Amino acid sequence: MHRMLTAAATLSLALGSAAAAQTSITIGMQLEPPHLDPTSAAAAAIDEVVYANVYEGLTRFGPDGSIHPGLAESWEIADDGLSYTFTLRPGVLFHDGATFTADDVAFTFERILADESTNAQKALYSAIDSVNVIDDRTVEITLERPNGALLFNLAWGDAVIIDPSDVETLQTKPVGTGPFMFSDWVQGDRVELVRNPDYWGEPAPLERATFKFISDPTAAFAAMMAGDIDAFPVYPAPENLAQFESDPRFRVLVGSTEGETILSMNNGVEPFNDIRVRQAVAHAIDRQAVIDGAMFGYGTPIGTHFAPHHPAYVDLTGLSAHDPERAKELLAEAGYPDGFTTTLKLPPPSYARRGGEIIAAQLRAVGIEAEIVNLEWAQWLEEVFRGKDFGLTIVSHTEPLDIGIYARPDYYFQYDDPVMQALNTGLEFMANPEDRNVVLGAMQDRIARQYVVGFLFQLAKTGVANARIEGLWENSPTQANDLTQVRWAE
Amino acid sequence: MLRYAIRRFLSLLLSLGVASVVIFLAIEVVPGDPAAVMLGVNAAEDTLAALRAELGLDQGLLPRYLDWAGGMLRGDFGVSYTYRTPVAEMVADRLWISLPLALYALTLSTLIAFPVGILAAARRGGAADLGIIGVTQIGIAVPNFWFAMILVAIFAINLGWFSAGGFPGWEGGLLAGLKALTLPAIALALPQASILARVMRSALIDTLGEDFVRTARAKGLSPGQALRRHALRNALIPVLTILGLQFSFLLAGAIIIENVFFLPGLGRMVFQAIAQRDLIVVESVVMLLVFAVILVTFLVDLAYAWVDPRLRGGR
Repeated sequence: MHRMLTAAATLSLALGSAAAAQTSITIGMQLEPPHLDPTSAAAAAIDEVVYANVYEGLTRFGPDGSIHPGLAESWEIADDGLSYTFTLRPGVLFHDGATFTADDVAFTFERILADESTNAQKALYSAIDSVNVIDDRTVEITLERPNGALLFNLAWGDAVIIDPSDVETLQTKPVGTGPFMFSDWVQGDRVELVRNPDYWGEPAPLERATFKFISDPTAAFAAMMAGDIDAFPVYPAPENLAQFESDPRFRVLVGSTEGETILSMNNGVEPFNDIRVRQAVAHAIDRQAVIDGAMFGYGTPIGTHFAPHHPAYVDLTGLSAHDPERAKELLAEAGYPDGFTTTLKLPPPSYARRGGEIIAAQLRAVGIEAEIVNLEWAQWLEEVFRGKDFGLTIVSHTEPLDIGIYARPDYYFQYDDPVMQALNTGLEFMANPEDRNVVLGAMQDRIARQYVVGFLFQLAKTGVANARIEGLWENSPTQANDLTQVRWAE
Repeated sequence: MLRYAIRRFLSLLLSLGVASVVIFLAIEVVPGDPAAVMLGVNAAEDTLAALRAELGLDQGLLPRYLDWAGGMLRGDFGVSYTYRTPVAEMVADRLWISLPLALYALTLSTLIAFPVGILAAARRGGAADLGIIGVTQIGIAVPNFWFAMILVAIFAINLGWFSAGGFPGWEGGLLAGLKALTLPAIALALPQASILARVMRSALIDTLGEDFVRTARAKGLSPGQALRRHALRNALIPVLTILGLQFSFLLAGAIIIENVFFLPGLGRMVFQAIAQRDLIVVESVVMLLVFAVILVTFLVDLAYAWVDPRLRGGR
C-alpha cells in the first residue's frame, strides 16, 4: 500500500512537471540573506543568491576557483605592478536599462573605499590609490603598493559593479548586469529571479530561479523528499546523505570549499606561546577520527592553512601526524609533565560543537584538560575573535586564499612572526601565478612547522540535487550558487 | 465600572513602561555587537565604526532607549539592522501568517475538544471516557514538533498531498494559503485540543454535580438534556479562560512549528533576529507580544468585572 502510494505520488509529480516544461528551479538554502547588497555585509547568504546571477564584477570565479574575465574582457598590468588597465565589455546593460560604463566602475570602487563605507572586505582593496576613467570602455586602477592578489580580490562578491542611481535600493531591489534579474522577495520565505532577456553574454538556460530558505535540517530533508526543493547545494544534515545516495531520484554532490577548519590556539598566552606545547596539541589530534565522528566522513585532512584543491597546495599533514606518545614527551619537555587545563570555546556550527567533543577527548588522552564552553556566534565574535579571551577554539576560515591572516600579529590567534610577515609582503609584489605559488608554498611550510594552530580538515561541500539537474557547482571557490549554466536534462 | 476601568488602564500603562525598560536592558546587555555580526571576521575597525554610526549604535544606552520607546509611542518601531526595512512593516507581513495560523489551530482544537470533552463527561467512567483520558494524556505529553514531523512524513513525503512546508502567500488564493497552513495548524492544535478536552470534561463533571442540574433532572430532563441545556453553558467559563490563554500561547509559541514547516511567521522572524543580533527587531516584537498579553489580561479583567460586580469594588 505504502509503496503504491509513493509510486503514484512520484508518477503524478513527474507528469505534472513534464507538462510544465522544466525551465525553473527551486534552490534550498539554510540561511536567508539579511539583504541583497553583497558590497555592504559579510553574510555568505547574500552571495549565495546574487553572485554571478544578478551582479557581476570586473573578474569572476570559475567553478574551480580560477579567475576569469567578467565585465572586464581583458586587462594589462604595468611592469611595476602598480597599475592595471581594464578593457570593459561593450553592450552591457544594467537591469534598469542603464548602460554599463567605466564611470560605474569608478563609482563602485570610490564607494568601497570611502570613509563611511560599510564594505566588509574593504581591507582587500586598501592598496587601491585611484580609479581613473580613460574612456567609456577603459578604466585604470592604480595602486599605492603592489597587490599581487588584485585580480583575485576583484572577483569577490564585495567588488561587484553597481549602478550609482540604484545604490539606495540595492539592499531590497538589487540591480546588476547578470543573466538573472531580481523579481520578488517574500521575506522569511524566498527570493525569486527571472532570466534577463538583454544579457550581454550567453543567456541562462533557466527562465526562473527561486531560492527558498529552510533553516531546520529536518525540514530540509522533508522538503527535498517531498519535491518542494530541486537542489540544496549546501545540505545541512550530512547524516541523511547516505539515504539520498541510495535513492535514484537524487544525486549527492560532494565538493570542496574554501573552509579550512582549524583548532586555533592562543599564541599570545601561556602555555600556547611555547612551540612545544602547540606541537604537542597538534600531535594529540587524530584528524580522521574528527572527520568521521563530526562530519560523517566528509572532509579532507589538512596539515596547513591552505585549500587542497589549489594548485599551490603542499601536503604537510605528516608534520602533525597523530602521535599521542610524542605529544606527551613534548609536554614534558615544555614543563607540563602532568598536562594543563585550558578552555575550548566553541561557536554554534556542528563541525565545531561535534568536533570539539572529540578533540577534547583526544587532548585528555595526553593530559590536556580542555574545558568546553559553548558560545553563540555573536558571543564568539566578541569574546574569542575580538576579545582574544580563549585558550583553544574551533572555527572554519571560509575566506578564499586567506593565509595572510598568519602575517597579522593582531589576529585572534596572536601569532607574531617576522618571517611570515616578510613572506606575505613579498607575495604582494607578485602578480605572476607561478611566482606566487612558490611563496605560497613557503608560507604553508612556515606555519605548519611553527604549529601555529592545529590544522584539522578542509570543510566539504555536501549538496543534494534532483538527479536531472546539470551544471551546479560541486565546489565552492566562493560562497555562491552560480546558476548561469544550470539546466534540466531532457 | 468606569473608575475601575481607568484604574486597570493606568496599571496597564505602568506595566508596559516597566516591561519596555526590562526588555531593552535585557537585550542590550547580551554580548555581541550587531555590526561585528553583520560584517564578519575580515572587517576593519573603521568599517565597523562606520556601520555602528549608521545604525546609531555609537550612542549611549539612554538616548537609544528614549529613541526606541518614543518611536514606539508614535507607532514607529524603528528600522531593522539587518533587513534595513521598517520593523513595523516586517511585523505586519509576518502577522498575516502567524495570526491566521493561530486562529486556524484554535478553531481546530475547539472543534476537536468540545465533542470529545462532552462525550467523555457524558460517559464518565465508561470505556469511551477512559479511552479519551488515555489519548489526551498522550496528546499533552508529546511535543507538537514531533506531531509536525509525523504529519510531514505521512502527508507530504509519502502521500504527496501537501507541501512539506513553506507558504505561497495569500495572493496565491485563500485555498492555497489555508492548505499550506493545514499541517502546521493540526500539529499545533493536537496538544491544545487535548488540554482543552480535559478541561471541558472536568468542568462539565463539576457542573453536572451542581444542585441546579440535579433540580433539572428532578423536573424530568434526561441526562443528555440536562447536560445540553444547563451544564454546558456554565462549564464554558473555565474553558473560555483556557482558550484565551492558548491564543496568546499560539501566537508567540509557534516558533518551533514555524521552523519545522519553514513558514515565514513572527516566531521564525524573532528566532532569526536573535541569531543575527538584530536587536531592534527582537525588542520590538517582544514588546508587541507583551502588549498583546497585557491587553488580553486587561480585557479579561473587564469582562470578569462586567459579569461579577463584586470585583469592581475593592483593590
